[in-house]
Amino acid sequence: MEISPELYQDMQDEIAPKSKSYINIPMAFVSGGLICLLGECILNLLTHFGLEQEAASAWTSVTLVFLSALLTGLGWYERIAKHAGAGTLVPITGFANGVTSSAIEARTEGWILGVGAKIFTIAGPVILYGTAASVVYGLCLKLFQMFTA
Amino acid sequence: MMEYVWAFLIGGAICAVGQVLIDYTKLTPARILTGYVVAGVLLSGLGLYQPLIDFAGGGATVPLTGFGHLLAEGIRKSVEEKGWLGVFSGGLTASAAGITAAMLFGLAASAIFKPKDK
Repeated sequence: MEISPELYQDMQDEIAPKSKSYINIPMAFVSGGLICLLGECILNLLTHFGLEQEAASAWTSVTLVFLSALLTGLGWYERIAKHAGAGTLVPITGFANGVTSSAIEARTEGWILGVGAKIFTIAGPVILYGTAASVVYGLCLKLFQMFTA
Repeated sequence: MMEYVWAFLIGGAICAVGQVLIDYTKLTPARILTGYVVAGVLLSGLGLYQPLIDFAGGGATVPLTGFGHLLAEGIRKSVEEKGWLGVFSGGLTASAAGITAAMLFGLAASAIFKPKDK
């Protein structure tokens, strides 16, 4: 059988692990959904015990971040993430996983320029651009006030 | 009961969008996280995110877009209370608990756990 470059490319595309989206996307949906469901359960439990919405929401984040840091330290989070993809990346647990794993990896480089600096490898961009975007929003609000007042 | 279903479905959908971005674009995880936070600020600023939270609860607050919403909410409140100073102080004040938790538990984990062999 003659194999033309085009045919070869087709065959290549067929067998190459072109990230099997028909598995990846449902997996991300289910795993991400479950983490959010867990968040909703913690949230409702805390409001049930009399916490106000805002405080309960903050405690939920703290709890999820703690769980994620623990599972990351034990090496379990990565094992789940291998299958869950964005399902474990996009929730706040994914943010905590990025922070914790950067910190653990940097241990051998010392506490100051190792852990101290590299703990922000993932957190830095998120906090920087999130804060910057919120300041832009604040400026818009302020200017809007000035022109409507 | 339905609130749990919606938390699962909306949260799952937000994560599925992230997977589509991973599979079909060259965006790295760090870029996706950053993009989600900025998108959360934007959606919240446009008034679109609070309705989603009212509807899906944890499904909207747990993904990082919820973190962006928290920043925008903080700004909105502090600008009202403190004026110009609020533009500077509002975002990080509102998100302080989550950020501090991540740093603290990250630091603790690095003290307790050893790096794993890859």
